[in-house]
Amino acid sequence: MSTGTGPKQVHLAAHFPGVNSTTVWADPRSGSQIDFSSFEHLARTAERGLFDFFFLAEGLRLREHNGRIHDLDVVGRPESITVLNALAAVTDRLGLAGTVNATFNEPYELARRLASLDHLSGGRAAWNVVTSSDAFTGENFRRGGYLDRADRYTRAAEFLATARELWDSWTPEGRQRPFAHHGPQFGIEGEFTVPRSPQGHPVVIQAGDSAEGREFAASAADVIFTRHSTLEAGREFYADVKGRLARYGREPGDLKIMPGVTYVLGDTDAEAQELAAEIRRQQVSPQNAILALEQVWGRDLSGYDPDGPLPDIDPDPESTLVQGRVRIADPVAVARKWRALSEAKGLSIRQTVIETSGRQSFVGSPGTVAAALAEFVATDAADGFILVPHLTPGGLDGFVDRVVPLLQERGVFRTEYSGTTLRSHLGLPEPVWKG
Amino acid sequence: MPRTRTLHLAAELAPGTGPSASAADPLAASSAGTAAARTVALARLAEAAGLDFLTHDDSFARPGLDALAVLARVAPETRSVGLVPTVTTTHTEPFHVQAAVATLDWVSRGRAGWRIAVSPSGAEARLFGRRPAPPTAALWQEAGEVAEVSRKLWDSWEDDAEIRDVATGRFVDRRKLHHVNFQGATFSVKGPSIVPRPPQGHPVTVVDATRPAARDTAAHHADVALIRASSAEEAAALRAELLQGARAHGRDPGQLRVLLSATVDLDAYEGGPGALAELIAGWHGGGAIDGFHLVPAVPERDLDRFASDTVTRLRDRGLFRTAYEGGTLRDHLGLTRPVSQYATTGAHA
Ligand SMILES: Cc1cc2nc3c(=O)[nH]c(=O)nc-3n(C[C@H](O)[C@H](O)[C@H](O)COP(=O)(O)O)c2cc1C
Repeated sequence: MSTGTGPKQVHLAAHFPGVNSTTVWADPRSGSQIDFSSFEHLARTAERGLFDFFFLAEGLRLREHNGRIHDLDVVGRPESITVLNALAAVTDRLGLAGTVNATFNEPYELARRLASLDHLSGGRAAWNVVTSSDAFTGENFRRGGYLDRADRYTRAAEFLATARELWDSWTPEGRQRPFAHHGPQFGIEGEFTVPRSPQGHPVVIQAGDSAEGREFAASAADVIFTRHSTLEAGREFYADVKGRLARYGREPGDLKIMPGVTYVLGDTDAEAQELAAEIRRQQVSPQNAILALEQVWGRDLSGYDPDGPLPDIDPDPESTLVQGRVRIADPVAVARKWRALSEAKGLSIRQTVIETSGRQSFVGSPGTVAAALAEFVATDAADGFILVPHLTPGGLDGFVDRVVPLLQERGVFRTEYSGTTLRSHLGLPEPVWKG
Repeated sequence: MPRTRTLHLAAELAPGTGPSASAADPLAASSAGTAAARTVALARLAEAAGLDFLTHDDSFARPGLDALAVLARVAPETRSVGLVPTVTTTHTEPFHVQAAVATLDWVSRGRAGWRIAVSPSGAEARLFGRRPAPPTAALWQEAGEVAEVSRKLWDSWEDDAEIRDVATGRFVDRRKLHHVNFQGATFSVKGPSIVPRPPQGHPVTVVDATRPAARDTAAHHADVALIRASSAEEAAALRAELLQGARAHGRDPGQLRVLLSATVDLDAYEGGPGALAELIAGWHGGGAIDGFHLVPAVPERDLDRFASDTVTRLRDRGLFRTAYEGGTLRDHLGLTRPVSQYATTGAHA
């Protein structure tokens, strides 16, 4: 929390740009997405930039397209918590956040792994609770993919509550006491093997935009990771989510709102715009354009020319062509929108995909980008950002060297870490021990 | 035997595993933050002595941090020594377990192993609340299946699956990624893994074969089996049984190392570290064992004395390495790097 005197401070986190279609792996500067040196480089850069935390996403099954493993984007990544423990050895202050699914794990084991990370890092652990569940992913697990959409957050909420009971089962003085949790989702009891960790409870992050997701975050999370990257959408989301907190007896500052954003820097705004267009062309290769189209249409469109017009057939709303990605809710409406845009501007398939899937939120000179980030935070569209570079692992270097100093000059970003734990960086209160 | 066989040495790091340490609470809240510093110091000591690997015991039922987490924390602060956490297979998900072990291999650049263990108690089952613990024989059978599916998942990405072919826009060659379609008695896994094939191909599998129930799983799946014995004859017989079992499972017994695991209090040990060196040299030279796994009664004291005294004497006799020759744990153990089981079949995903 800001002290109430100075301007509202910007929180920054670094997303390791691994598996996704925003990575420009074809760039000759693009390095390994799996070697530890890549993780070390990005984490050290984030710590040099005094960031709050380093963030790893998760996927538990390789994506498939038309029954075959998707081969166009970066795939393959290490298991998050193990990488974060190793990163704890090469960083001192940086928070270490891992995404771990609440459907395909059990509270006892995961609470123990997170508490271990909090101990081994001296209080820098965070857990991004995701809930995605589908039979496709479930095929890799004992549990299978049985969970209804409606039950996902019920399980996640009870999972988190149970984990907190475990974290509270040792007294702050270091005495171990038995625990017992008997609820609709979990019936477990015994003794937790890990003493209370430096943060008491590792920081909890929630990612997901639905009403259920927002409610879950408002009730229980410390940080919410969103996708809203325009000022208007951000303010609306911010007001909505912060408005939900009072119901749970929480203050607006108890939940930090951090959209995941991309950025492109140039010496001038014009140069950055040009570079951004070039990056979009690299991200949306001709093959990726057809794939994006197939994702909407739910049909095999491999015969279409990416430089030609959109297909005039309709999407198949029942399609199972794409697996392992978030489904498009109303493909017919999306197709209609794409067609209208393509006709109005005379765009090819690839150009249409580039136009409609753009995710570069902040493009400009370092001064322009710093001003825009500061404005988002000052006007309550966000509390900070999870930056998603498009290059591994050097994609954050320019931001730390050129934008961070400008944020510091504006007085909206720290010039040194004031505490040692992630909670202290985020200005979050210590969790009250509920013995 | 005239042939010089390589001697392998390993040591246990978990506090509280030795008998005299049991009363001390290794993780009093105030000292938990120093667990990392303590383990790093011990690991560096062992590495300076050239040990093959370090084990770190673990259980859901005893106070202590997650062992794989501890050794991942140690990995960047060491360069050569192998890192072998205990990983239980009973209430955990095989897909997560193999991914974590493969990741330990990535962050340690080829120095990972895992010591497979089971969770036999009702108390452990109640921590998960998913099923009662099956009988011990079934637990070890299941552990074997977890070892098997792990190898399949480690192989599910062939070594050269990542191609980054700019011309065709393909990041991976999907013909080199494989569904494993594993069906076991208690679980199934589709695959492929999310983690590319780890540096060693397969991280090293260690099984404590002390208990008869674990012995067949060790013979079938272990790269390193740990045994306990009170005489060279007993050790030799156990080793022969394990190698014979490996052969019966269609394995090359030359790819299985058998190490004598012994809890040692070097203060109380008659003759001290020198006598221990004699014993190791004698049993090893006679072919009863391939090496020795020290379980120190008090790690700080005994590991130090083992490294400075016992290891030095073994080196003086030319029985133990003076420097690491290879970079991976497989190199230290003289084990070959396995080829992906899918690489020669040409089977498509
Ligand atoms: C910004 C953001 C990042 C996410 N990252 C992941 C991830 O790394 N792994 C994952 O399995 N799901 C991830 N999700 C998916 C969410 O956990 C959730 O399943 C999905 O958004 C649908 O939930 P909802 O209906 O609440 O939006 C992410 C979602 C958002 C909004």
